[in-house]
Amino acid sequence: MTLLDRRVTPAAARGPAADRRASVGRTLGWAAAVGVPLAFLGVFFAWPVAEIVGRGFVTDGALDLSGVGEVLGRPRTWRILGQTLAQAALGTAGSLLLGIPGAYLLHRCRFPGRDALRAVVTVPFVLPTVVVGVAFRSLLVDGGMLGGLGLDGTLAAIVLALVFFNYAVVVRTVGGLWERLDPRAEQAARSLGASPWRAFRTVTLPALAPAIASAASLTFLFCATAFGTVLVLGGRRFGTVETEIWVQTTQYLDLRAAAVLSVLQLVVVAGALAAAARARARTERALDLGEPVGTAHPVRWRDPVDVTAVVVTAATVLGLLALPLVNLVVRSLRTPTGWGLDHYAALALPADTLRVTPLEAAVTSLRVALDATVIALVVGGLVALVVSRRPRRPVLRRAVGGLDAVMMLPLGVSAVTVGFGFLVAMDAPFGLDVDLRTSGVLVPVAQAVVAVPLVVRTVLPVLRAVDPRLREVAATLGAPPGRVLRTVDLAMAVRSLGLALGLAFAASLGEFGATSFLARPDSPTLPVVVFRLIGRPGAESYGTALAAAVLLAALTAAVVAVCERLRTPGVGGSW
Amino acid sequence: MAPTHHRTRTAALGLVGALALTGCSAVGGGTDAGEGTGGGTVTLVTHESFGLSEGILEQFEQETGLTVEIVQQADSGALVNQLVLTKDAPLGDLVYGVDNTFASRALDEGVVVPAEVTAPAAQDAAAYAVPGDDGALTAIDVGDVCMNVDLTWFDEQGLEPPETFEDLTAPQYADLTVVPDPVTSSPGLAFVLATIGEFGENGWLDYWADLRDNGLQVADGWSEAYYTDFSGGGGEGPRPVVLSYASSPPFTVPEGGDEPTTAALLGTCFRQVEYAGVLAGADNPEGAAQLLDFLLSDEVQADIPTSMYMYPVSSSVELPEDWASWAPLAEEPLEVAPADVAEHREAWLDDWSATVVG
Repeated sequence: MTLLDRRVTPAAARGPAADRRASVGRTLGWAAAVGVPLAFLGVFFAWPVAEIVGRGFVTDGALDLSGVGEVLGRPRTWRILGQTLAQAALGTAGSLLLGIPGAYLLHRCRFPGRDALRAVVTVPFVLPTVVVGVAFRSLLVDGGMLGGLGLDGTLAAIVLALVFFNYAVVVRTVGGLWERLDPRAEQAARSLGASPWRAFRTVTLPALAPAIASAASLTFLFCATAFGTVLVLGGRRFGTVETEIWVQTTQYLDLRAAAVLSVLQLVVVAGALAAAARARARTERALDLGEPVGTAHPVRWRDPVDVTAVVVTAATVLGLLALPLVNLVVRSLRTPTGWGLDHYAALALPADTLRVTPLEAAVTSLRVALDATVIALVVGGLVALVVSRRPRRPVLRRAVGGLDAVMMLPLGVSAVTVGFGFLVAMDAPFGLDVDLRTSGVLVPVAQAVVAVPLVVRTVLPVLRAVDPRLREVAATLGAPPGRVLRTVDLAMAVRSLGLALGLAFAASLGEFGATSFLARPDSPTLPVVVFRLIGRPGAESYGTALAAAVLLAALTAAVVAVCERLRTPGVGGSW
Repeated sequence: MAPTHHRTRTAALGLVGALALTGCSAVGGGTDAGEGTGGGTVTLVTHESFGLSEGILEQFEQETGLTVEIVQQADSGALVNQLVLTKDAPLGDLVYGVDNTFASRALDEGVVVPAEVTAPAAQDAAAYAVPGDDGALTAIDVGDVCMNVDLTWFDEQGLEPPETFEDLTAPQYADLTVVPDPVTSSPGLAFVLATIGEFGENGWLDYWADLRDNGLQVADGWSEAYYTDFSGGGGEGPRPVVLSYASSPPFTVPEGGDEPTTAALLGTCFRQVEYAGVLAGADNPEGAAQLLDFLLSDEVQADIPTSMYMYPVSSSVELPEDWASWAPLAEEPLEVAPADVAEHREAWLDDWSATVVG
């Protein structure tokens, strides 16, 4: 590491005035690093949300909290809250049960095709629910491939879909820590006569506990705020707080009820985030202890642990992840006269009266996702940089933790609340004569708001793993703060930034919730085209919609696979 | 180490290539359509199903020198609610797609203002005027929401297809029907109104209880119901009776065939009317009025069946041939007064939910 070069003067050689200037500069720099993300989130998230929720609490210009008592007094509210918590708990339990063996197999074992498999399991996480709804329900409906199971319209179907989405969260989070665990402790336990299960239970499991807790709270968060999945697969019978906010806002325009429910959801989400933050803090402390170790071994066919992991993961990947996706592909190849690529050929034709072809929409999607990714990387990167520091003063330390939690909130607030908030807040923001609601600019911004937490969760563990002494050494040697950042932090983070880029890009590509609520000019993204095509009569529209959905899934998979290759070996992004 | 580096570089190059293909948009892009000069801009706010065949709007732009921008979101109900929320700073100049189940809300909230319509079809449109409205909402097209049956399925089963509301609750038609949820879908709401029109405010819930007991399936939206649950929509679902439109059957004429495989039950229809209106506080009310006239012109009216699957209000344009043969409108559609709908909509939906969804 060549931190010294001729142009850098050692600090000792500079005067006290220069020191003071440097200190002021540093303070300003950090203020900007904190200020930019906070301003971004304040303008594009907190303000609109506060505007719309505020309307629910104001009647004729006066604060009116009577809605709180009224909505909380409805038995329905409590039933819905109960359903939300129950579905999220079941979805989380299922994801952990299947995801932990998956984490072991994909991060502790070596086998041909492992990298490809890692990309495949990540795809569902970023697939839009429009697509998943079609892929899942047509399997489960009577006469579908799995119709005999009688799962259609049941709680089990919803839970399966939640696991489908969140399996990767568990695999990533737990696997990221697992591949850094020193295997010698478990080996020692087993050589002393412990059974594989006992060794796992008494040695490995406790070490993994923080990562498992972290994965659980993130999964819980995603499950508790699932919207399209729940409506498409279960209808309002299995309604959650999120779906109820949607109904009250878009269909009833009952902003009072929607506001109370939004606050209720925020309470649940804040609880999950607090748990996640505590669990993550422990995870990251644990990461400090060990250097990444190359512990992956070839699959051992005589070891019951390996065999169990292979069986469970194969069943999950083939039965739960691949089946709906394959089903989608198969149906997209079915034409009125048999089998063929007709629907794919139609992707290059103007889609009915949409004035664009699905391929053009795909290009729009890529452009918008690129914009969203750039925004998310800048904002998320700054957050990760700030949060990775551990100030000595407890107040600052708590503030840093708070920033981390605040930046996660967009994952937990209903898209319809944000969308309607944009409508009331963004007609002339700050008195500027630009109507952001209809300009199309808000689409990448809204997608970036969703992607920022993913960037933070991917980059942060790597920055945290940077030994602070490295920075101190550089600074002592006289490197100005910007140079320390460039040579130490950026160099370390660059490859995790690659993965963050991929995740943010893929998540933006598939984003539908926030995008669909935004007024926008006539240049729809691919998920919007899928949605519109599927809303039209005629088998051709339907077939084209399925082909467009497959294209979307393929684009997503390709982006994730490319970025999987950019990943720092051994450093699992913990998201 | 070396192979990893190599792979990483290849991957990075691939990614850069992919990004380059997208036109290196980073901030920008999407605004490629040049701002038209000339007569200014008129912004049409509409729902997700809006669309006209290629060239039609362009022709309007050429004739008037106006540039048409389209803001497109949500379905009819959510659209009206969004307009109510934004009435102090409207999203555009003209709204198209407010239907008769939400028309009274738009009028009561003062979202639209009266405008003078000069197109000849205005006289036809007047027949659909909302009672008490002084010209703020102009009817553009109509359609019937009706039960559809899969004739092929019933033929194969050797069973006569159902025809009336009552048939759907008969034991031989148990577990055959699927409808979209009226709370989350506008055709679903239309069908609830059809049952209110048929059985009255005191009898309609009993009818739904019977439907429920006869194995009714409720799907989230129209496309779910039609493509996933219905057997005749191309998705090969299990149920041969679905709530759709009177205009759906022509889309099921098989390749090489000349008769549709599905039919609409014209005794179960609720007539949907879609209106357009100039938004209160519009930046360009004159442009909005011009565009409104254009929506009633022969070009647009003749295009509506093929592009939006609705029937034109104009009596002077011809329907497509297969519509004339296979998609007649109901002779006596069921009706509920818009004012009644406005007053009771939420209560009815709550009652429906309590009875059917539980």
